[in-house]
Amino acid sequence: MSNVGTDRVKRGMAEMQKGGVIMDVVNAEQAKIAEEAGAVAVMALERVPSDIRAAGGVARMADPTVTEEVLNAVSIPVMAKARIGHIVEARVLEAMGADYIDESEVLTPADDIYHIDKNDYTVPFVCGCRNLGEALRRIGEGASMLRTKGEPGTGNIVEAVRHMREVQTQIRYVQNMAKDELMVYAKETGAPYELLLQVQEEGRLPVVNFAAGGIATPSDAALMMELGADGVFVGSGIFKSNNPEKFARSIVEATTHYQDYELIAKLSKDLGTAMPGLETSTLEGNDRMQDRSE
Amino acid sequence: MATIGVLGLQGAFREHIQSIEACGHDAVLIKKVEQLEAVNGLVLPGGESTTMRRLIDRYGFFDALVQFGQAGKPIFGTCAGLILLASQIENDDDNHLGLMDMTVARNAFGRQKQSFEAPLEIKGVADDFEAVFIRAPYVLDVHHDTEVLATYGDKIVAAKQGHYLATAFHPELTDDHRLMAYFIDMVEQSKLASV
Repeated sequence: MSNVGTDRVKRGMAEMQKGGVIMDVVNAEQAKIAEEAGAVAVMALERVPSDIRAAGGVARMADPTVTEEVLNAVSIPVMAKARIGHIVEARVLEAMGADYIDESEVLTPADDIYHIDKNDYTVPFVCGCRNLGEALRRIGEGASMLRTKGEPGTGNIVEAVRHMREVQTQIRYVQNMAKDELMVYAKETGAPYELLLQVQEEGRLPVVNFAAGGIATPSDAALMMELGADGVFVGSGIFKSNNPEKFARSIVEATTHYQDYELIAKLSKDLGTAMPGLETSTLEGNDRMQDRSE
Repeated sequence: MATIGVLGLQGAFREHIQSIEACGHDAVLIKKVEQLEAVNGLVLPGGESTTMRRLIDRYGFFDALVQFGQAGKPIFGTCAGLILLASQIENDDDNHLGLMDMTVARNAFGRQKQSFEAPLEIKGVADDFEAVFIRAPYVLDVHHDTEVLATYGDKIVAAKQGHYLATAFHPELTDDHRLMAYFIDMVEQSKLASV
């Protein structure tokens, strides 16, 4: 007898992605460039985050034609984004055969209070987080993989760094807590107590945690690995640079060998121009994608 | 005591290292070609085979891995590692390391939503092994003296040829270390034979 959609199968899929780079792509041609460069998966989108920012308005799940085109173009796994709380977009992506669903703040939330009950799906989900409480709430809802939220489409690494540091610091903090303190900490952070206990025992999150939201250079990718990321998502950073093939390859290599600084120096030479950056402190209200859910 | 390397370019290498250590042996994460000299056996972990191959080529691992196998040192490939070991890949003119005589199909059970776990009987290892299959390949056919160790339905999911061992599933994702112990035994025997 076989079982599909178990935690082991869903979380295990993310384990296989570790040490790798997941790249945003908007068509088959970009998907092939990403695969050729050594991406472990691609995220099929209608627009990369920086274009979503520029376009404004409501950002929704991509046209299924785009997702289908990418699904047919590559043999590596294909992820796709659904709006936060949009049960049906997620079901549609599952039905189409997407290998992973990103319930993502990059799109305009469909539900401003509730996330999807992800335990209920056969396909695994990845969700964004800024701190341990948020990370464990998403796992409680059934996320099989996490990523820092960062600030998508900015090419500015500062928010991703803040979120990764926050999660890692809180894990270390929790490891030294007494059990009675842990219950109060659960109350304060809104993290499920049982999951906090697990983090205390194991000293790490129960699922893989990638970095996302602002990675624009090989050094950015290596920095996130240094800070404890299991791998990286690169959104606008590749196809908004002026040499996508080279950027893609260099970011993959810098992620694998994130402590080989001579190599990273070599990879960073003559790369061309990185994506245009945005100062995150100039972003207000709804332009701060990371604040779109908790 | 054997020293087992785990190729650490990408994928679930941490879990294999834990499994080797749980069996009471030394594990080494292999990121550079020179490190291969220090190990008696090697695990090719699960991950994305296309990605791993790109990185194998970029860091000059290809010839070193083939020589490692041809020198009689045991290699254990899981999932992506099985694809790397195979002499033939369905719908593909190229193979990767080509060390094991078998034809494999990639993503053969379907996409992620078809990924599954199921109990397996593995010849000489266990009759109740909980096997986790993730976008898994399977072996279409074995050639020469490649031996089938396990099947799921009518699909070959574990095989052995001399000092090579390959599974379509991920023993490293469970706490069952019997398959790793079996591989370590292969490594110990090859050490004795080479003395």
